[in-house]
Amino acid sequence: MSTDIIETTEVASDECAGEAPVLEVTDLTVTFPGRNGGPDVHAVRGVSYAVRRGEVLGIVGESGSGKSVSSMAAMGLLPDHAEVTGSVRLHGEEILGLDDRAMARKRGKVISMVFQDPLSGLTPVYTVGDQLAEAVLTHEPRTSRAQARARAVALLDLVGIPNAEQRYRSFPHEFSGGMRQRVMIAMAMANDPDVIICDEPTTALDVTIQAQILDLLRTARRETGAAIVMITHDLGVVAGFVDRVLVMYAGRPVETGGVDDIYYRSRMPYTMGLLGAVPRMDLDDQGALVPIEGTPPSLSNPPPGCPFAPRCPLVRPECEQTEPELLEIGDRPPGEEVRARSASASGARAPGADAAPQRVACLRSGEIAAQGWTAQDIYPVPDIPETSFSHTRRQDRREVLRVTDLVKHHALTRGAVFKRRVGTVYAVDGVDFDIREGETLALVGESGCGKSSTLMEIMGLERPQRGSVTVMGKDSSTLSRSDRFRLRREMQIVFQDPMSALDPRMTVFDIIAEPLRTHGRSPAETTRRVYELIALVGLDIEHATRFPAEFSGGQRQRIGIARALALEPRLLVLDEPVSALDVSIQAGVVNLLRELQARLGPAYLFVAHDLSVVRHIADRVAVMYLGRIVEIGDTRSVYSRPAHPYTQALLSAIPLPDPEKERARTHIVLEGDLPSPANPPSGCRFRTRCQKFLTLAETDRERCVSVEPRILAVNGEDQGAACHFAKRWGTD
Amino acid sequence: MGKFLARRLLNHVVLIFLATSFAYLLAATNLHPRDYFEQMQPPPAPEAVNAQLDTLNLNDETPLAQRYATWITGVVQGDFGKTIQGREVADQMWMKAGVTLRLITVATLLGGAVGIAVGAYAAVRQYRRFDKAATAASFFVLSVPTVVIAIVVQVLAVAINDGLGFQLLRYSGEYSAGFDGTWWQFLGNRIHHALLPTTVLAVALFAAFARYQRNMMLDVLGADFVRTAMAKGLTRRKALFKHALRTALIPTITYFTFTFGALVSGATFTEKIYGWHGMGAWLIDSIFRNDVHVVAAVSWFMAITIMAASFLSDVLYAWLDPRVRV
Repeated sequence: MSTDIIETTEVASDECAGEAPVLEVTDLTVTFPGRNGGPDVHAVRGVSYAVRRGEVLGIVGESGSGKSVSSMAAMGLLPDHAEVTGSVRLHGEEILGLDDRAMARKRGKVISMVFQDPLSGLTPVYTVGDQLAEAVLTHEPRTSRAQARARAVALLDLVGIPNAEQRYRSFPHEFSGGMRQRVMIAMAMANDPDVIICDEPTTALDVTIQAQILDLLRTARRETGAAIVMITHDLGVVAGFVDRVLVMYAGRPVETGGVDDIYYRSRMPYTMGLLGAVPRMDLDDQGALVPIEGTPPSLSNPPPGCPFAPRCPLVRPECEQTEPELLEIGDRPPGEEVRARSASASGARAPGADAAPQRVACLRSGEIAAQGWTAQDIYPVPDIPETSFSHTRRQDRREVLRVTDLVKHHALTRGAVFKRRVGTVYAVDGVDFDIREGETLALVGESGCGKSSTLMEIMGLERPQRGSVTVMGKDSSTLSRSDRFRLRREMQIVFQDPMSALDPRMTVFDIIAEPLRTHGRSPAETTRRVYELIALVGLDIEHATRFPAEFSGGQRQRIGIARALALEPRLLVLDEPVSALDVSIQAGVVNLLRELQARLGPAYLFVAHDLSVVRHIADRVAVMYLGRIVEIGDTRSVYSRPAHPYTQALLSAIPLPDPEKERARTHIVLEGDLPSPANPPSGCRFRTRCQKFLTLAETDRERCVSVEPRILAVNGEDQGAACHFAKRWGTD
Repeated sequence: MGKFLARRLLNHVVLIFLATSFAYLLAATNLHPRDYFEQMQPPPAPEAVNAQLDTLNLNDETPLAQRYATWITGVVQGDFGKTIQGREVADQMWMKAGVTLRLITVATLLGGAVGIAVGAYAAVRQYRRFDKAATAASFFVLSVPTVVIAIVVQVLAVAINDGLGFQLLRYSGEYSAGFDGTWWQFLGNRIHHALLPTTVLAVALFAAFARYQRNMMLDVLGADFVRTAMAKGLTRRKALFKHALRTALIPTITYFTFTFGALVSGATFTEKIYGWHGMGAWLIDSIFRNDVHVVAAVSWFMAITIMAASFLSDVLYAWLDPRVRV
């Protein structure tokens, strides 16, 4: 498993070249020609970077920034019609323009890749073992089948698949997402490559699984000594993992440098905004997030100047003349010179190879450095007023929603003609919480923990299988049809995916007016209210006649929020409202939600898997695991003094967008996957993955196995945890 | 899996029983075997007609339930009754079935294989010249009824034969009447005759398969797993063959088995036009002859083939796609 498989020639070249980069990309451009007379799409417009052995480069950018396309171009994986220019050198050898056969010999052998979505990344009809062995056999055709198989088993073992020998014969659908990503990583490591490109390898995974995968990538780097190019939109993932960062915007690198330089001394307004837009889990009181107004420019018709100029708070007239080059801060010519030079439009590019110093593509980078500006200085941060309830004690506020011992079990059935029950999925298995006026309760947990099922049970307003749902003091099981209809006015929902939550054939006006019409408001009142709502969520009046397809994700989510607010509900249910949005857009929506709550006072039930966003928006938080709440309490207490081992692990798994803190942290990495909700462990459901359980004495363990813990108050305040051995801060 | 298939099989048996019974009842109430005998020249005596109808279990004076009971008892024992001319239905049926199956097996295999190949390649070359040509050709064929294709091909064959002055292409019958020769010569003669009708059926099938396979292939071409396969070092061609095509074939193969089942009756026109005495042609003739038992027997056979095809597609699906194996 060491590097001894690498061919001798490469070792030799390594020795003589010393610090020569393994992968060197220079001035790469990718253009997708427009079909049927459509405009060309300039996906990548001049990217240069270089990575050396064992080095990790992070490429950060939002969707559409060209970060994935540039790496696909380097791998030769783009479709034929893409026009790629520039140079990609692997060990000094030009690989751009190699034919498919020659390129195939490099792919998986010298340069390999891990993709984003592990669920669709493996061929469904072959066993994972065979697919892994194929990676070996493709490059070593003389290897015997048995040898390839043994190597595949060893690789599965290395990436932490238990029972590798047996799991070799499993098909991809029998693996969880995290396990499949492990297989993908094993595949990328199979031939000891010199470069591994990871394209958002953890984006589709839950945080505890993300922590496992990041750990594994560290192992991969150690085992193969490969250079890693880490592509991601998550500034947290990059902070603790990479040595250098390249920030991309609209197909161009806009800032590059060492990870500390970028995070602590960013000189490009876009990077600064991006960092300010990230909700921080580690900060107690962050204030409003930094929103970046507007949307990224069209890649088919980019503006002549700096692509970020239309959104930039520091924009000057010369920014819109020519695109600034990526230069070291001291090398930046003053603005007057740029103005004078723009007519001749000459441009000597900085060499791509030596990328160690921080370089920025912004005309005012020198000024930013000199003034020591931060995101909060240059971006107008909205002032979020306090809610009218913040001075009333929680106990004295009215209860908007109370859920008591809520249960939702699905029957697992077999057979088409004679259905019979073969098991039960305990999706929601006894959940209690309440929400008071004007407060936000966040329901957090990994996928499959039952948070969405809980939501649907509440929104259904039916009699639950067990327990009760009480909205505004009315028990849902006692409601008549008309009562239920009236009560729906009091609770509205905003969905996760803004693309599919709006009817594409209705105008924005009709979408927002629909709840008003349904509940019998007069046409005049409906019209007045719709325009009021459009203004309220920060859209323009002229947007009313347009269709959802004309809007960006963030704007669509605003339309969804306007629709939900139309009837002035007392409770707004938010089902992952920002998880489909880019960071800079997400910040604007989160700020809007906070502002609306302060102004209008609805209570929020906020369902999310992103604990950083939750910390930022929620007053109280409930952590769910396998259909149960394991810890509930006010956000500050839960985040600063988590009592339940699961909460501790969850919080520890989230990477912080702060390189120094991140390097100093030790993560609790949970073992394995979430058990199936059809077959939860006895006693405490978390014990199979619990890090605390492992440290307990035999007699104590007995209690975890046999007795299901109930939620008991800890730490004296509004915080409770369902753990026999909950951590009591301050006492131990 | 075995249990699942066994239950499926039981379902199919029930369906076949129902379909056949309905076919018999429909035929027995709507066809009039008495007319067949009464129209004979010279007209036979009414007693003779009755006696004849009674021996054939076709007498409309016997209650329908009793006739049905007699018939179904026979069917269970493998006896499908007699044709209106008094011959055994079962014997003739196996002969006709042989003719039809021979025709459609070769035609579906040929049409399916060419269609899949053309469709898959057209998908790879989407919007290029080959794709456009294949699309145009298949839509053209799809828009022309098989009858028309069959007749046009026949007319062309006649023209070619006339132009050449000798019979290059045979367009009538299953083999030359009174042909004598060794076994090999006999086979050659049959293949010679089968050439045109098989081509006609295959062309019609090719069009449907090409469209279907093209769509299936387009679905998987952009799939992440094809990209993964290339990323581990497979060439594009190999990744497309081994990963994309293999996955895209699954739905096509089940479609294939269904087509095969449906074609037993679907080949009727081609059989008639090319003078092949197959199942379809037999059914049409029997309806004209008011031959209740043949109509019922052919319906039974068609039900069997459709159900067998459906069963086969279940088995094949499970074999090809590990995701549905339970």
